[in-house]
Amino acid sequence: MKAEQNEQALLKGLANNDSKAIETIYKDNFNMVQAFVLNNNGSYDDARDIFQEAMIALYEKAQSESFVLTCQIKTYVYSICRRLWLKKLQQMGRFSNQIDNLDETVPVEEDLEIHEKRNAEFAIMDRAMKSLGEPCKSLLEGYYVKKMGMQELAEEFGYTNADNAKNQKYKCLMRLKKLFFSQYNIGE
Amino acid sequence: MDDIQLLAAIESYLAGEMNPQEQAFFEALRKKTPEIDQMVVEHNMFLHQMDSYVAYQNIKHTLHHVHQELVETGDLYEGGEVSTKVQVVQLWNRYKRVAAIAASVGGVIALVISGLVAFFSPVNGNQLQQLSKDIEIIKRNQQVQGSLINEVKTKIPTGVKIVSGGSGFLIDAKGFIITNAHVLKGTSAIVVDNKGREYNASIVHIDNQKDLAILKINDTDFKPFKSLPYGIGKRNADLGDEIFTLGYPRNDIVYGVGYLSAKTGFNGDSLSYQIQISANPGNSGGPVLNNNGEVIGVLSTRQAQADGVAFAVKSKNIHDFVEEAKKSDTALDNIKIPVRANMKGVERKQQISRVADCVFNVKAFSQK
Repeated sequence: MKAEQNEQALLKGLANNDSKAIETIYKDNFNMVQAFVLNNNGSYDDARDIFQEAMIALYEKAQSESFVLTCQIKTYVYSICRRLWLKKLQQMGRFSNQIDNLDETVPVEEDLEIHEKRNAEFAIMDRAMKSLGEPCKSLLEGYYVKKMGMQELAEEFGYTNADNAKNQKYKCLMRLKKLFFSQYNIGE
Repeated sequence: MDDIQLLAAIESYLAGEMNPQEQAFFEALRKKTPEIDQMVVEHNMFLHQMDSYVAYQNIKHTLHHVHQELVETGDLYEGGEVSTKVQVVQLWNRYKRVAAIAASVGGVIALVISGLVAFFSPVNGNQLQQLSKDIEIIKRNQQVQGSLINEVKTKIPTGVKIVSGGSGFLIDAKGFIITNAHVLKGTSAIVVDNKGREYNASIVHIDNQKDLAILKINDTDFKPFKSLPYGIGKRNADLGDEIFTLGYPRNDIVYGVGYLSAKTGFNGDSLSYQIQISANPGNSGGPVLNNNGEVIGVLSTRQAQADGVAFAVKSKNIHDFVEEAKKSDTALDNIKIPVRANMKGVERKQQISRVADCVFNVKAFSQK
C-alpha cells in the first residue's frame, strides 16, 4: 500500500515537472533500460533517447485527469522502452529476433500510438517555429513559453510601446498558425 | 474587421478577459458568422497545441538536466572516461555509509576500551588505600609534639601547609631517599630520622605511574653514612618469604612483620607483591625486607576491605626507576644502590636497629 502511494506521488510529481520526482524515477529505472538497450545492439545514446521518450510518454499519461496506472512504474517504463527499441531496431533493419530479456511487460501499443501522434504534432510545431524566423520566433516564445508580459517583451525587443509589440505578436502568430496548419492538415 | 483585431478579440475571448457586454456581442457575432466561429475553434485548438508544446519542451529540458546531473554524480554511467571529480563524488557516494559505520565502530571501540581500562586498572580508589598519612593525623601529632617538646624547633618553614606524609629509606649513603610518589603531594619535604632529627629534602625525581619518588637530603646537619646495612634486591622474592617492615604510621618508628603472600599485586599487577602484614597510613614508602636484610620492595598500598592485605612495589623497580632518573638528570649519576646486604644471619633485633637509622619519616608540604 505504501509503495503504491509512493508511486502515485512520484507520478504526480512527474506531471508537475518536479525535478526531484523525475530524478527518483530516473534513478530507479534508467539502469535497467540502459542494460536492456546495450544488450540488444544499442549504444549509450540510444538508451538515453529511448528512456527519455518513455518518460515523456509516462508524463503525458500522468497528465490526464482520469489517469490510473494499473502496474508498477518500472513495468510500464520497461514495456514502453522495449516496444520503442524493438521498433527502432526494425526500422534500422537490425532486428535479430533475439531480444533476450523476458521480463514482465504490459500492453502499451495504444499508449504508444497516442504518444506517437503527439510526437508528430510537436514535430510539426517545432518545424513551424523554426521556419518562422526571427524576431517572430523569440517573440512568440517569450509570450507563450516564458510567459512574459507584453510590456516586458516590448522593452526586450525594442518596440516603442506594448501595443506595437502586441500587434507584431499577432502577425507572427498568424504566420505560425498558417505554417502549422498547412503541415498539420497534410499530416492528417 | 481587420484580421489582427479579430485575432486579438478571439484570444481575449478564449482567455476570458472580455467584459460581459463584449462577450455577449462576440458570441452573437460567432453565431451569425460561421467563419468566425470556425476561427475561434481553430484558435482554441492551436492554443492547446501551443500549451502542450511548451509543456513538452519543459519536460524535455528537465529530463535532460536530470540526466546530466545524474551522470555527474556518478549515478549513471555512459561509458567513456570518468573524470576525477566524478570518481571522487562516486567514491564518496559509494563509501559514505561504510565510512560512517567505520567511524562509529571506531568510536564505540574507543569507548569500550577506555571503559575496560578504567574498570580493570589496578589502582582503584575505593578498594585500595594509599598508606600516606592523613593530614589531620599529622596536624594532631604536630600539636602534641609542640606541646610536649617546646624547645625543639621544627625545620618546617612557617606559612606552609603539610599536605601528606609517609615513610622513606636511604638507597644511597650520601642521602638519597626512596619513597612513594603518592606520599609527596606537596612541593617540598622534610625528613625526620628515628631520633627526631629533621633534615630538609628536595624532590629530585617522581613517577606517579610506578608510584616511586627520590628525595635528596640537602642539609648541612646530615652526616652521610659510611655504608647502608641492607642491599636492594634485583631478583624476585619467593612466596612465603618472611618479611618485615619499618615505618612511621606515628611519629615513632614502628616495626611490622609478615610474609610474602603473592607474586603479583592488586588485580594481578605485576609491578608489585602482595604481602600479609599489618600496615597503616604512614607506612607508605617504607622498606620491606626479608630475613637476610635485603630490601625486596617498597610498601605502598593496602586493600581497604581486607585485613592485613598490603602491596609493595617490587625492589627491581627501584633499580629501573633510578636508571631512568639518571637519564633525565645527570646530578643523579653518583647514586650507587647497594646490592649486597651485610646482615645475613644477624639477629632480628640487630637488623632492626641498623635499618631503623636509614628509615625516615617524610612530611611533604606546600606553600599555603
